[in-house]
Amino acid sequence: MEKHVYQTVVEPRNGWFDFHLKEVWRYRDLVMLFVKRDFVSQYKQTILGPAWAVIQPFFTTIMFSFIFGSLAGLSADGVPSFIFYLSGTVLWTYFANCMTTTANTFVANSNILGKVYFPRLVMPISVVLSKLIAFLIQYAFLLIFVVIYTVTDSGVHPNLFILMTPVLVLQLAMLGLGCGIIVSAVTTKYRDLAMLVVFGSQLWMYATPIAYDMSIIPAHLVSLYMLNPVTPIVILFRYAYLGIGTIQWGYYALSWVVTLLILLLGIMLFSRVEKTFMDTV
Amino acid sequence: MSEPIIKIEHVSKEYRLGTIGGGTLKGDLQSLIARMRGQEDPNSLLGSAPVTGANDRFLALDDVSFDVYPGEAVGVIGRNGAGKSTLLKLLSRVTAPSKGRISFDGRIASMLEVGTGFHPELTGRENVYMNGAILGMTKAEIDRKFDQIVEFAEMEKFIDTPVKRYSSGMYVKLAFSVAAHLDSEIMIMDEVLAVGDAKFQKKCLGKMGDESTKAGRTILYVSHNMNTVRQLCTRCVVLSHGRLIFDGDVEKAISIYLDEAKNPLTLDHDFTAQPSPSHVTGLVKMMGTELLELTSPQISMRDTLKFRLTWKTDLTDREFFIRVLFVTDTEAPCGMAMSPALSYTPGAINQTDFELDTSTLAPGEYHPQIVFCEMDSHGQQTLHDAVPSALTFEILYDEQKLNHLVWNKWWGPIYHHPVKVLNQETLA
Repeated sequence: MEKHVYQTVVEPRNGWFDFHLKEVWRYRDLVMLFVKRDFVSQYKQTILGPAWAVIQPFFTTIMFSFIFGSLAGLSADGVPSFIFYLSGTVLWTYFANCMTTTANTFVANSNILGKVYFPRLVMPISVVLSKLIAFLIQYAFLLIFVVIYTVTDSGVHPNLFILMTPVLVLQLAMLGLGCGIIVSAVTTKYRDLAMLVVFGSQLWMYATPIAYDMSIIPAHLVSLYMLNPVTPIVILFRYAYLGIGTIQWGYYALSWVVTLLILLLGIMLFSRVEKTFMDTV
Repeated sequence: MSEPIIKIEHVSKEYRLGTIGGGTLKGDLQSLIARMRGQEDPNSLLGSAPVTGANDRFLALDDVSFDVYPGEAVGVIGRNGAGKSTLLKLLSRVTAPSKGRISFDGRIASMLEVGTGFHPELTGRENVYMNGAILGMTKAEIDRKFDQIVEFAEMEKFIDTPVKRYSSGMYVKLAFSVAAHLDSEIMIMDEVLAVGDAKFQKKCLGKMGDESTKAGRTILYVSHNMNTVRQLCTRCVVLSHGRLIFDGDVEKAISIYLDEAKNPLTLDHDFTAQPSPSHVTGLVKMMGTELLELTSPQISMRDTLKFRLTWKTDLTDREFFIRVLFVTDTEAPCGMAMSPALSYTPGAINQTDFELDTSTLAPGEYHPQIVFCEMDSHGQQTLHDAVPSALTFEILYDEQKLNHLVWNKWWGPIYHHPVKVLNQETLA
């Protein structure tokens, strides 16, 4: 007798490489709806609406300009300190938002996840996409200043590397997603990491040239410093839009390797815990 | 017969009781390092079994196997805690089994809780899309079914209003309607019909029945309401303490369940070991009840019942009262009685004696629930404790009072006071 093959088989554990990516694709409408829901519900009944998205990086930039630029007198590599800090902050905000929100997905959505099944990866992916909307608003805000500073000839020189922006953003998204789901996979069991991730992301920011320029890093520490995958992205981004710094392609390639490794590790851990995390959250 | 559409093979689900994973990362790292160095785990209790001893584990399902064939409507019944919800959770893939395997064909639409993912800020329309997508529909599918969904829910007028302005009944109707229109081969329902008004419940049951008989959909239905199980199901499985104890005919399954669920009739009940349910505050603890002036928990028709409730609270100066919800042995609710405000001493054990008017109850067994409530000065009610089957008693059949009639179960559990004859005239 021919053995009947079932379409779905539920067993105690996933293998390390059962990612169900095809299934995630089937649920792409759900991803888009989550994105829409997040966006709509976030700004409903606010007066300023999506303008809130630029307020946070704007004030952070002013703070940085004041503290690091004026008080500490750190170099902004020859460009106005405002645009220097703004470019870094916009990138960093996107990355940090992706990471911290993704890290929280299991716990924050346990009410939905406890009742219906859909590929769990849908949730973090939609987070990364909905944060992208806020990023685009901030990015447009940044572009306005880039144009102003270019026209007024304040030492800002955008160049063709601007075309790499989608690649840079994609890499940031992958990195944020990867780090976030590693944390979310581990926080289902150890809540400690949820505490760590918020201030951890702040510490990480200071390990990245957001609030200062690469020139203050001692030469013998640079290769260690460049292991941070976000750093080459920020450097390349500033090079493209402000025309400052130098690109070291070797480090950039390394940053991609680290990004892919983190993402792979994240998805592996995530798919290991996704089946049973509801029992432990 | 064709291949089963759902195959459940030796499925067990184990939960760990108490804190999970010993609590913190530090503890687990210590254990891990110690194990790697071949030392004794510093976190295990001295001279005790390893931390993962058998006694801190709980088997919610224990080696359950059964098959479901296409087009069947299978009822899953059992007492609270028998493993029904766990089984449905496994089937709807919310969590995975600890052992065994579940295989099925097609999609499973689970209605473990309707309205999952409804966001209060979004309109009815947006939520239909949201909820549909969570249940696995694509946007195109929802587009196609949208009008049907809205029509079934009777919500045409309010579909563009944010759901936070909906009444809870409207909310449930819309949510159920989305789930019911899912094109899935298998539907799972967990007491969804306990919500909504009676007319809508009837409509839902009718819809489910149609889906199963005409559209050939397979239904798994969990309920404590034996009447709906009778209406809907073609087969039943009975779970008890995580094990499958019966699989087959509906009536037989129901009688096995009722026998099993029956509380032994006793004069006194002790609830001190029972945890408070999650929907109450737990600020008042009912400790036990005792039937007074009786030698066995049986009274005759038209009698009253006296009982003593022992309870304790630290709250001072509150207006407490109790509600008694009468429930028959077939789990049918049949009325409610309230007490006036109680006087008490905070911090001490209070004993309050009550008299319950049971004169309108028909012969049969009852196990009322007692709910402990507070009414504050604004007329707001708070539930502090609730105990199901807080009393158990039997109303004995009295042939004299019934004029030698045997009580017919179709008459229901209420024996009303006699019809009064006001006047009688002879017309020519």
